Amino acid sequence: MAIVRSRRQSRLTGLVRYTALLVAALLFLVPFYLLVRSAFMREQDLSSPDFHWLPPVWETANLTGLFDNPAIPMARSLLNSGVIAVTQTIAVLVVSGLAGYGLARIPYRWSNVVFYAITATLLIPAAVTFVPSFVLVSTLGWISTLRGLIIPGLFQALATFLFRQFFLGFPKEIEEAAFIDGLGYWGTFWRIVVPNSMGFVAAIGTITFIGSWNAFLWPLVIGRDQESWTVQIAVSTFLTAQSVQVSQLFMAALVAIVPLLLMFLFLQRWIVEGVERTGIAGD
Amino acid sequence: MWFWVFVGPFVIGLVVFVYVPIAWSIYLSFFDSYNTVTPTTFVGLGNYVDMLRDPAFRSSLVTFLVFAAFIVPVTFVASLGVALLVARTTVMQAFFRSVFFLPVACSYVVASLIWKMSIFSGIRSGLANAVLGWFGIDSVPWLSLAQPPWYWLVIVTARLWLQIGFYMILFLAGIQRISPTLYEAAAIDGAEGWKVLRHITLPQLRATSTAVLLLLLINAFQAFDEFYNILSTFGTYPPYARPPLVYLYYTALGSGQDFGHGSAGAVILTLIIAIVAVGQSRLLRLGDRGD
Repeated sequence: MAIVRSRRQSRLTGLVRYTALLVAALLFLVPFYLLVRSAFMREQDLSSPDFHWLPPVWETANLTGLFDNPAIPMARSLLNSGVIAVTQTIAVLVVSGLAGYGLARIPYRWSNVVFYAITATLLIPAAVTFVPSFVLVSTLGWISTLRGLIIPGLFQALATFLFRQFFLGFPKEIEEAAFIDGLGYWGTFWRIVVPNSMGFVAAIGTITFIGSWNAFLWPLVIGRDQESWTVQIAVSTFLTAQSVQVSQLFMAALVAIVPLLLMFLFLQRWIVEGVERTGIAGD
Repeated sequence: MWFWVFVGPFVIGLVVFVYVPIAWSIYLSFFDSYNTVTPTTFVGLGNYVDMLRDPAFRSSLVTFLVFAAFIVPVTFVASLGVALLVARTTVMQAFFRSVFFLPVACSYVVASLIWKMSIFSGIRSGLANAVLGWFGIDSVPWLSLAQPPWYWLVIVTARLWLQIGFYMILFLAGIQRISPTLYEAAAIDGAEGWKVLRHITLPQLRATSTAVLLLLLINAFQAFDEFYNILSTFGTYPPYARPPLVYLYYTALGSGQDFGHGSAGAVILTLIIAIVAVGQSRLLRLGDRGD
């Protein structure tokens, strides 16, 4: 009897669980659905008092109109975002990868002191220091330049910390064999360690790319001229000023997230790993 | 010296772009520095006193507390709940996980646009008002009024949607680390359902939970993007609902370019967040020892 009851009960809880998951999943997809729907609606349908499940007319002219609209520097801002995200990702991987390896593997008397000086900055979130960083960048004359947008964000203590932890766990025997072959630190790192760490590099790389592409506060502070806007600043400016067609605004936002959705489709495994690694750094 | 070949570039960058700005900022915070970064008028702790006396600064801290009081527990419970549901699912697990994780790819700017202009737009065809309309309820002006503060609902749900997937992944990783033998032992003892959750899953997730709580709190403290994008219209931000970073942004980089007060504010906020981070980890470690 007990077994029968428990089996029926577990079938019931299974049903409840799936229903809850399905409802939650649908709710989670609603914002994406609204974004796509609104991006293909005509202006008059968007402002009409009736809610439309689907666009009465699929307006593809929003896309071409967006790139022809002189008020929105869409192509330029996409280019800026792409250049910034790609350079930042590569530079963070190289700079933090090297530093993490040096801290993990190269014996040096002050190694621990350097390590503590780096991890101390983990306590200070970058966003809170935007005023001091702005002061520095404006003194350097880097306002509204790609340099000003890219370089101050390259030195991330968290990435270095994670690389160090990862390299501490790298099998030492492989490196020792390379050393005997006369490769030295530099050769061992690039020819042996890096090729065998591509999974970890991909995890940190994807998460850095997402953060860089979606960054808002720093590009807002530094990107004063239109030519230096990232795609987030372009969308934000027209959202808060409400000076362009709303349908084109939705299309701009759709264009802005397409690169990341594509990344998600093909690299989700690494993004998940990146989140796990960066989320709980202490483990 | 190979150590410096590897570590040098990072350390130089960290000194120039993190240590120097912070030191400079501490210096500026003791001066009157409007529109200048090489000030001459020393005011001692004047800027700090002004900031702590400024009702707008204090109200920004209150805004953070209100925001954190909503967003931290709700995100925590929701992401844990979703993780538990997904972990128990065998059919379509990858699909559900991807759906909940997908908003992580979306920027706060784009989410703000969807929330402000589509879901919670004040007009009748906004989704929230359309749903209310099906039940015969009048449209609500979600964002145009200070009272009642409906804007909190807009702000909190936007961040909730953006963040749940991130923390769900952390909880899922924690759940997968729990040894299956614990569950087997519980099954032999006849424990099931809530009992297993209470006595095995939740205690085993303790390390993950503390990390998630700290991250939620620190992220809430740095909230800027969604407040700025949802509440600012026609280039002006309302005088209410300004969390610390929004307040700082308008003080230091608004029309005044008041770097002295801005720097003092940045120093105070940095201290608060460092104290919270250290304090919470101490507190939780003490709790661990008590067990």
